[in-house]
Amino acid sequence: MTFLETLLAHSPALVIATPLLSAFLVPLVGRISPRIRDIFALVMLGVTGCFIGLLASDVLSHGSRVYVFGAKNLSVPLVRILFEVDSMGMFMAIITVMLAGIAVIYSWSFLQKQDGLDKYYTLLLLVTTSALGMELTGDIFNFFVFLEISCIASCALIAFWVEEGEALEAAFKYIVVSSIGALFVLFAIGLLYAQYNALNIATLAHLLQFSFLDKIILVLLLVSLGMKAGLAPMHMWIPDSYGRTPPSIVLLIMSATLASFYGILRVIFTMYGNVLTTPLRFSLPAHLIIGWILIALAIVSILIGVIMALIQTDLLRLIAYAAVAEIGYMFLAIGTSIAALGTTYATVALQGGVLHILNDAIDIGLLFLVAGAIYFVAKKRSLDDISGLARNMKYTTVFFIIGLLAVAGMPPLNGFTSKFLIYESVYQVNPILSIIALLGSILLLAVFIKVFYAAFLGPELPELKDVKEAPRSMLLAMGFLAALAVCIGLFPNIFLDALVKPAATALLDHAQYINMVVGGL
Amino acid sequence: MFSLESGSGFWNPVLWVLALFILFLLFYGIRGFGKSTYKKGTEQTKVFLSGNKETSPEEMHVKASNLYWGFTTSMKSLYSLLRKMHTGNTSDYILWFVVVLAVVFLIMGVM
Repeated sequence: MTFLETLLAHSPALVIATPLLSAFLVPLVGRISPRIRDIFALVMLGVTGCFIGLLASDVLSHGSRVYVFGAKNLSVPLVRILFEVDSMGMFMAIITVMLAGIAVIYSWSFLQKQDGLDKYYTLLLLVTTSALGMELTGDIFNFFVFLEISCIASCALIAFWVEEGEALEAAFKYIVVSSIGALFVLFAIGLLYAQYNALNIATLAHLLQFSFLDKIILVLLLVSLGMKAGLAPMHMWIPDSYGRTPPSIVLLIMSATLASFYGILRVIFTMYGNVLTTPLRFSLPAHLIIGWILIALAIVSILIGVIMALIQTDLLRLIAYAAVAEIGYMFLAIGTSIAALGTTYATVALQGGVLHILNDAIDIGLLFLVAGAIYFVAKKRSLDDISGLARNMKYTTVFFIIGLLAVAGMPPLNGFTSKFLIYESVYQVNPILSIIALLGSILLLAVFIKVFYAAFLGPELPELKDVKEAPRSMLLAMGFLAALAVCIGLFPNIFLDALVKPAATALLDHAQYINMVVGGL
Repeated sequence: MFSLESGSGFWNPVLWVLALFILFLLFYGIRGFGKSTYKKGTEQTKVFLSGNKETSPEEMHVKASNLYWGFTTSMKSLYSLLRKMHTGNTSDYILWFVVVLAVVFLIMGVM
């Protein structure tokens, strides 16, 4: 076995081990030099990214992979955890490591004068590890463990600006909401274990009967993970937390939030994939009822997100509400895909939803970074206190315009490509849903035009006359996301064919996921 | 080649950009036929406010909180409801979680 083959064979473990071990090495490296520590964090994320790239190319060309931690043979007592890596997991892992890398580059300048950066980078790498773990594991209890790590590490990061009392309050709210959500997930896992004596997702999917208890488990998992993903009306922790956190940290919490969304996809499409056509109530199949529940909650999220964003004057809080609306679009696509299961537009909706995960990470991430750049140079949060920044922040202005158009779903940027697939497929289910989705996008455009007018146009305020462009590392981070938004917008097929379609197919083909484990391991 | 198929329609961003570029060239060409009588710094460039004196740009700038005033005022009752929902109290956030849980339980027929 060559060195590369060995690396490839163990890459699922290395994807988790690299950021996890690096997290605890960071304080030691920080003792040598803060500069080396900053570079070390990025290099280690780069190494993790290489492992993900290696694994992704293998999974995309040879199919899903199963990696066994612990006992190789089925013997009693059986102590082992399986990682089952498919195209969907890889798609999410790529987004996670990309967001983490950008957060590190951005932090170099943004948090340069802050204390406690050793702890910051440790927690950053821990959140990345937990999100990657949630995305690659094939074990539901292991998923919960990573979810808990993500909750605790994210809470500590939200409280990073501890000198501002509100950051502590935001962290408190986050930990309460997340812990209660995680407890309900644990309760559901307990019920699963009590019934089937198994924790492996594929085994559970094979054994699941859709009994009364299974229905309770499904609801518990959907609603708890939905709250973690920021689904309205359980979204309120999002503006409170995102609004008081450094934007680089918001990128990481976003990746943890998206990992929870991924959890919902895994539960519905993989774990309950076999029983979705079972009649549930009034002879209606389960997938129709679950799909419409998700669609209803998605519409509430879109409307609450955009309507509340319109009246915000705190820029970070405003973008957080826009993020709630964007989560609504993802749920709308997934709900449509489930409600119309088996039709061609269900597949299109799922592809749109999966692509929108990437687009949400890019667009909302870019807008948060721009908001951070404004805060960095102007030291102001309120849109009422800033004006005319386009004169001195030309690059930031261009990045904001790209983010604005992308998040509002304007062609030819990336937001349009996924929203186009969502609008078209949702229209087939009910045209009114499509109209509401379009209205949401128009309102999002109105929201960010307000920000553009208030922050970048208008007269130059005397106290902001000496404002300079954001530092290079921050521009680099914003530039990377802006370039991605343009590239995906102009060449959507490349991303769709290479990443999105295999991910959507992996989700729909639950039989293959089950057979990988149940068939022989 | 760069077309995105949705099953019921298609989207080609490259064609769209090309069309936009051709339109830009067309409008730029039409613009060239116009008279260039614009003189910077003369009466021509001053804002006409029905004879009123023009105030300084700082005074004329509409603040973010005043933008969309008409929309937000007409939706006052909705905003008041949404603001009441978001109390900032963590126990209320959990209450919403419990409410959604109960509603979904009811719909799924487990209650």
